[in-house]
Amino acid sequence: MLLSVNDLAVDYGAIRALHCVSFEVNEGEIVTLVGANGAGKSTTLRAISGLLKPSSGEIAFEGRRIGGIAGHQVVKLGIAHVPEGRQPFAYLTVRENLLLGAYNRPQAESGAAMERVFKSFPRLKERLGQTAGTLSGGELQMLAMGRGLMARPKLLMLDEPSMGLSPILVREIFDIIREINRQGTAILLVEQNAFMALQVAQRAYVLETGRVVLAGPAAELLRDPKVKAAYLGE
Amino acid sequence: MSAKQGRAGVIALLTALVAFTAVEALILAGALNLYWQQIICLAGIVTISALGLNLIYGYTGQFSLGHAAFYGIGAYTAALVTRSIGGRSPVGLLLGLAAGALLAGLTALLIGLPILRLKSDYLGIATLGFGIIVKVLLDNSDAVIPAMGGSRGMSAIPKLTSFVWVFPLALLAVVVLRNIVYSGIGRALKSVREDELAAEAVGIDSTRYKTLGFVIGCMFAGVAGGLYAHLFTFLHPSNFDFLKSIDVLLVVVLGGLGSISGTIVAAVAWTFLLEGLRIVLPPAVQDWRWVIYPLLLIIFMLVRPGGIFAGTEFRFLRPRK
Amino acid sequence: MSYFLQQLINGLQLGFVYALIALGYTMVYGIVRLINFAHGDVFMIGAYVGFYALASWKLPWPLAIVAAMAACGALGMVIERVAYRPLRSAPRISALITAMGVSLFLEYFTSLRFVFGPDYRAFPRPFAVTSFDVGGVAVSNIQIIVFAVSTVLMVALTLFVNKTKTGLAMRAVSYDHNTARLMGVNVDWIISVTFGVGSALAGAGGVLYGIAYPQINPFMGVMPGLKAFVAAVLGGIGVIPGAMLGSLIMGVVETFTSAYISSTLRDAVAFGILILVLLVRPAGILGRPTREKV
Repeated sequence: MLLSVNDLAVDYGAIRALHCVSFEVNEGEIVTLVGANGAGKSTTLRAISGLLKPSSGEIAFEGRRIGGIAGHQVVKLGIAHVPEGRQPFAYLTVRENLLLGAYNRPQAESGAAMERVFKSFPRLKERLGQTAGTLSGGELQMLAMGRGLMARPKLLMLDEPSMGLSPILVREIFDIIREINRQGTAILLVEQNAFMALQVAQRAYVLETGRVVLAGPAAELLRDPKVKAAYLGE
Repeated sequence: MSAKQGRAGVIALLTALVAFTAVEALILAGALNLYWQQIICLAGIVTISALGLNLIYGYTGQFSLGHAAFYGIGAYTAALVTRSIGGRSPVGLLLGLAAGALLAGLTALLIGLPILRLKSDYLGIATLGFGIIVKVLLDNSDAVIPAMGGSRGMSAIPKLTSFVWVFPLALLAVVVLRNIVYSGIGRALKSVREDELAAEAVGIDSTRYKTLGFVIGCMFAGVAGGLYAHLFTFLHPSNFDFLKSIDVLLVVVLGGLGSISGTIVAAVAWTFLLEGLRIVLPPAVQDWRWVIYPLLLIIFMLVRPGGIFAGTEFRFLRPRK
Repeated sequence: MSYFLQQLINGLQLGFVYALIALGYTMVYGIVRLINFAHGDVFMIGAYVGFYALASWKLPWPLAIVAAMAACGALGMVIERVAYRPLRSAPRISALITAMGVSLFLEYFTSLRFVFGPDYRAFPRPFAVTSFDVGGVAVSNIQIIVFAVSTVLMVALTLFVNKTKTGLAMRAVSYDHNTARLMGVNVDWIISVTFGVGSALAGAGGVLYGIAYPQINPFMGVMPGLKAFVAAVLGGIGVIPGAMLGSLIMGVVETFTSAYISSTLRDAVAFGILILVLLVRPAGILGRPTREKV
């Protein structure tokens, strides 16, 4: 097992955002957390990557407890978090953004790592010298994912990669997600677009108001009448 | 008005009256020497000035690093008025204070209209710049009005400020501020502080209210300056430099932004702390006074970054239901 | 004309010293949005380290600058660690007040007799002053040293910020702490480095100031500090070339006001220009539109 989250609870001041969330991600898997806005999906990712301190529960990566350790150390262990809204460093160039992704890798590797990223996202190569602030929405998503891959993570966490993109771009991005996974990177995917997410994932967890309410193979959830009614708009 | 709060108000007024009478009796009996009378008056003056800054920064959210400039404008104006009237009549002081407040308010209006468009730190820097300009002008004031003395300082100001003046005016400042803060105007000011765009969206003219808060707050400083001039009878531009603006800001932040009670307590505590250190420390280590004071300040901020009264008030200062 | 050029040279000399202070202000503001009022006092400490290095330890002046840079860099990091880091999630005004407290502390603590003492001291001249005639304008060797040392330091800083990994991390952190953290950047360390580098530059500025204007005392940092800060705002706070440009403008304007109008109005003109620039272009001359942090 690559990542396991047990009874995770997170508070924002006096407000409890997550209650007892448990799930796991195995090597080579795509796992998705689906749920409505405010269900606690992003909070879960932020707790895993060390931006938020868990109030209780535990997070283990490759058998090692990582709950509450500093954010910059989580990356070193092999977890890359592609945040909601892409969060590019808008004043830095595409190249500099990518190099930041490989911040804790030996400098000698970065050329090769960048070439690998260009295989998935050839468009980034054309934009290398531009500042990130000048990119389009789709390109920003590619940059954010490319930046995450630069760290050569064992687990890539994607927060709402489809947000604000046209259906064609969404399909393109999801194809790339599949491809990244095929090359051996496990993926934890958070999506409001449950339909797309359940199609690409092997397993899924449904979050509602900070709790896991349903879990199972993605294909099964795709047929679940409750899921259909609540998240697939049928 | 709830009976409880009404009663709290009455008790507070009675307490104020008793405190006033007690201190005044001590003064009349000769139990408080001139030095202590000055310190007590200074505490009241700092309170008035800081209440003004609390209106500007604490309630309206406009960061000002130039409050001492308005304090200085009030001080010099009031001194010029009483000196030209001559004699030692209380009417002269009253006229002087009124003129000081008016000129401080008018200056605030003229400078506020353009610079209140700036936000947070940028407004702070612009007001800081304005404060330095005023200080430089005061340094050179004798070229235009010889009586102001320029960098030699202005002397021969009649000593008219006493506890009998300071206490009622400080009390008045508290009552006025309290009534503003809990009125419709106060709600408008606070909405501008919280979110200017949202305030505009519900029809609050944010420019108007920012300017209003700024002008009234600076008028408080003007009154305080006038009292200051007639307490120490000597004015020097360095009494109104950048550090003096920081002093008032300290009082407001230490007390707690947007808390009248906090400002009162902090103003009095701050004045007495500085003097208290002078008395507590043996003569050999007097130099340490200004070393200990910033250390206390840093420790206080680290321990209680929200100030003494973070967002709360004494009961008698809370709004009536 | 030669009077004009002479004043320009004098103004640039002052401007270069301001620039060394302004860089620290702008870097620190860029990374933690704090007006570090104690920065002018770090500059003062730099001048005193230079003073002791030259007068007591008899070091050559370049080493005096290095010593001041090392001492101030360390001091800046300590100040950040002790006084500002604990307040990182507190309201910004708390850190500002703390900065003011640190500033007062440095001024009055060093004024104590057993530290630097409250009096003015004459800064030792490490070499004989000579001047060269360049097209009718007298340029002193002091001015050449001020220009050369500041230029070398500014070029080094620019290379550091733009070409090294740590510099890249500094730019990333000043844009967004959390996203930088997701890249594996140790944000606390980068902030610490920023304070260290900025303070070291101020330390060098202190020694150069002492050499150029040879009178030092514990309060000497207050006005140059404020003006350097204003220069940083003028150029566009958080932007390194902006701090350099703003400082040169500030130094020249101040010198010209003294030369052509009145030395007593110097500060009023400088700050008047600041207010005008803020009104026309709030982000400063080279500044980017402000980006509100969420």
